[in-house]
Amino acid sequence: MAYQFDFGAILPHWKLLLDGVVLTTELAAIGAVAGVGLGILGAWARTARTPVISQLVGVYVELIRNTPFLVQLFFIFFGLPALGIKLSEFQAAALAMVVNLGAYSTEIVRAGIQAIPAGQIEAAQSLAMNRVQIFRYIIIRPALKKIWPALSSQVVIVMLGSSVCSQIAAEELTFAANYIQGMNFRAFEVYFVTTGLYLVMSILLRQILKVFGNFLFERRNHA
Amino acid sequence: MKKFLKVAIATMAMMAAPLAGASAKGALEAIKDAGVIKIAVPQDFPPFGTVGTDMQPQGYDIDMAKLIAHDLGVKLEMVPVTTNNRIPYLTTGKVDLVISTLGKNPDREKVIDFTDPYAPFYNGVFGPADITIKGPADLSGHTLGVTRATIEDMELQKIAPKDVDIKRYEDNNATISAFLSGQVEVIATGNVTAAAIIKRNPPRKPEPKFLIKNSPCYVGLNKDEPELKAKVNEIIAASLKDGRLNAISEQWLGNPLPEKF
Repeated sequence: MAYQFDFGAILPHWKLLLDGVVLTTELAAIGAVAGVGLGILGAWARTARTPVISQLVGVYVELIRNTPFLVQLFFIFFGLPALGIKLSEFQAAALAMVVNLGAYSTEIVRAGIQAIPAGQIEAAQSLAMNRVQIFRYIIIRPALKKIWPALSSQVVIVMLGSSVCSQIAAEELTFAANYIQGMNFRAFEVYFVTTGLYLVMSILLRQILKVFGNFLFERRNHA
Repeated sequence: MKKFLKVAIATMAMMAAPLAGASAKGALEAIKDAGVIKIAVPQDFPPFGTVGTDMQPQGYDIDMAKLIAHDLGVKLEMVPVTTNNRIPYLTTGKVDLVISTLGKNPDREKVIDFTDPYAPFYNGVFGPADITIKGPADLSGHTLGVTRATIEDMELQKIAPKDVDIKRYEDNNATISAFLSGQVEVIATGNVTAAAIIKRNPPRKPEPKFLIKNSPCYVGLNKDEPELKAKVNEIIAASLKDGRLNAISEQWLGNPLPEKF
């Protein structure tokens, strides 16, 4: 075989990879928490009876879901400074991920909300629950429980999508991989290791979300 | 077979005779006798040599060729060449000089001769006028954009202070965008890239701050032509002195020649 594999060539750069993993994790955490939060708000607004708000949210959702993540990122990072809004690459990456996941999770959560039978809400109303109570106990918790697997998948997709943020010099895992590859030209070894790291991170994230889901929906139900 | 070889050698000697005669006379004299100088120029490498909208060649190297022909008092015949064939054009006598962003290196020096440098070609740190940076130490506390894993990136790692915020971009265009949008204060790049930015008249003009790696362009000529070399060097020195070379640099590279050129 002509190519001499040399995984040792990556060892001197382990700190770069570790920093990359840390930043990717940070971005994913911010993106997941704020993005899903934005999604719940968005879904609530979209199913609300005020037409202007629900239409505005509709525009936001369609705008984000029908444009590439990379373009959204470039617009935030390179475009917004023209309007005087200058964000660091970390802020821009985090914002792009929140906005992106927010749009997708709005749709996912909306689907869950609309799957709640109208009779269930009417029953709550007849028990004299107020609107906040109905939303919290009767609508959003069962809705989230229904769509939790879909939402988990979307969070993982956005975490993996953070690799695109290397393009604006956010030093996450893909940035580290590209950079190491640019220095030692060990493409196979570098991307093999990086692929493995992403795989481990994805599986871990899925497990965390699963455990969190169990905690949120199963145990509370028994209590 | 022996006879064939003899004939072949004799034929080759006869064919080579005019060439030998020419070099005995000296290329400078031959050019003056002919009243025309043939210079190899690029046509695919802005801003050094391109074809303008009027289909005429234009650029730094073109202007340099014109300047040399003018000072020699002969007509100029420009021969378009590519990066790969510019040295063969010279060694086979198709042109008298090569002015085609030619850098010096030991391998080339074995084959051809070089005059003094006529054009700056370097990597350096560039930034707007309101930021004062004279050397690597002054970078501290600034944000600097660079295309990742380039020569300037590697060199900066050695010379930049620890507290420089270095942002590494995927390609030249991202580095340029980061500079123009104000995401980074200064950039490390080649002077040709800086010239390309200046050409678009940006609000933030990248001016040279300090050199990282220098490899200027030289005029290439055939070996053993001391008169021609001396004459071209004389012209370069004169044009440097009377500001004509600086004017060419300002026009095509957007910046005056570096101080110690």
